[in-house]
Amino acid sequence: MELPIYLDNNATTPLDPRVLEAMLPYFTSKFGNAASRNHAFGWVAEEGVDYAREQVAKLIGCTEKEIIFTSGATEADNLGIKGVFEMYQDKGNHIITATTEHKAVLDTCKHLEKLGAKVTYLRVKEDGLIDLQELEAAMTEQTILVTIMYGNNEIGVVQPVKEISAIAHKFGALFMTDATQAVGKIPVDVNADGIDLMAFSAHKMYGPKGVGVLYVRRKNPRVKVTAQMDGGGHERGMRSGTLNVPGIVGLGKACELCRLEMDTEAVRLSALRDKLEKSLTELEESYINGNTQFRLPHVTNISFKYVEGEGLMMAMKDLAVSSGSACTSASLEPSYVLKSLGLSDDLAHSSIRFGLGRFTTEEEIDYAIENTKKAVLHLRDLSPLWEMFKEGIDLSKIEWAEH
Amino acid sequence: MAYSEKVMEHYTNPRNVGTLNKDSKSVGTGLVGAPECGDVMRLQIEVDENNVITDAKFKTFGCGSAIASSSLATEWLKGKTVDEALTIDNMDIVEELALPPVKIHCSVLAEDAIKSAINDYRVKNGMAPFELAKSHH
Repeated sequence: MELPIYLDNNATTPLDPRVLEAMLPYFTSKFGNAASRNHAFGWVAEEGVDYAREQVAKLIGCTEKEIIFTSGATEADNLGIKGVFEMYQDKGNHIITATTEHKAVLDTCKHLEKLGAKVTYLRVKEDGLIDLQELEAAMTEQTILVTIMYGNNEIGVVQPVKEISAIAHKFGALFMTDATQAVGKIPVDVNADGIDLMAFSAHKMYGPKGVGVLYVRRKNPRVKVTAQMDGGGHERGMRSGTLNVPGIVGLGKACELCRLEMDTEAVRLSALRDKLEKSLTELEESYINGNTQFRLPHVTNISFKYVEGEGLMMAMKDLAVSSGSACTSASLEPSYVLKSLGLSDDLAHSSIRFGLGRFTTEEEIDYAIENTKKAVLHLRDLSPLWEMFKEGIDLSKIEWAEH
Repeated sequence: MAYSEKVMEHYTNPRNVGTLNKDSKSVGTGLVGAPECGDVMRLQIEVDENNVITDAKFKTFGCGSAIASSSLATEWLKGKTVDEALTIDNMDIVEELALPPVKIHCSVLAEDAIKSAINDYRVKNGMAPFELAKSHH
């Protein structure tokens, strides 16, 4: 077992060697521009892209023509939301999203507010799920788009996408989802789920960085987005720019591998995740954040009360994880996702996200359990709050010196 | 962000972790910061009849830099007189630990903790508290 151990697979995943192998020829001998229609170099590159399009389409149950390749999920989110807002402005200007979305969605919505959009940011319940009744109550005749993420990047909660899309459609709105954390991890089927637009990226599923997808439905209804990148009219005019052929080929291979291995992987990873979670919640005053029934198989987010996340990560120096604590940021604000669940700031500061992946082994999880437990106990020995808690002092009643 | 070697060293082997009897007249306790801000420091000093700090202890809830800052502070306090202790400036801590700009607040907190512990000691022993001149907020 090699140290440090990578348990931050929700941030990015390592490239699968099989994906790398598929990509390599497209850097060298098959270097052509996929848009070069009049010679063999172009055709070979185009073939690679076409095949990748099939592989992607198969994973999410759509047709090849519904795939728009982008530079990643952030660009796909921007293109989907801004593109729909621009294309459908005659129909209305109202967009519904949720407070726990990724910044790529939230900041895009904020940008559109300056351009005249009305945006509703739905709160989530304590478990991280949105309230469907609140969604329905927020729908108006002006609503053109409901955009709610599939699986959350910090806590792994999976939203009731089918029900959400049904509500959106009942009011004549489109449904978009940022499925970056879900595609390739759990079954996502754009037809069964009623998805009109969907963003995701390759590097979260063992593919390369710098390539992603916006799925745009072509039938029932035919969805159109206004291009946000003008130029040579690639991707049927919706996203200009020379295609990143090696990246796209890698994305295709990554999708194929996920499709074939997802079911067994999900079982294996959720068993490891449950083992990790069970052992770590044996520690006093540790809490799992988010719904534990509707969630991704490979992630858990745990708050260890009375220890600070960043300090804790330092003690877990052989583990690469992430924390909801934002001690390094100028604002000192902890995770807005955890705060949206109603977590107090101190519990948000005390959270650690463990993201398991394809290359995580049981041996690594056993090591992670021991390492984390030791670190938590060590930091509690150092923590004045832990001492006060043990003495039975109610910390909420203390007047903290302002800082 | 990588931590400096000195921060790592204090973090890995923190000096003077512990608790002094806060009810003792010779002990001054400073508790600064707030849990919702992600750092709380408790720093205690024990002062003898010659106004010399004979012992110092800390416990800190916070990031590595906060722990290192308070560990260093206790190390510096021991053997100093109360008046000398008052001259410890947060920038001395920043320099010693090579703290990056985003971590300067950790050193400020340590300085606040020192001053607040000294004032607690003074008030307990019938002296007026020092005016805490610097405001960092």
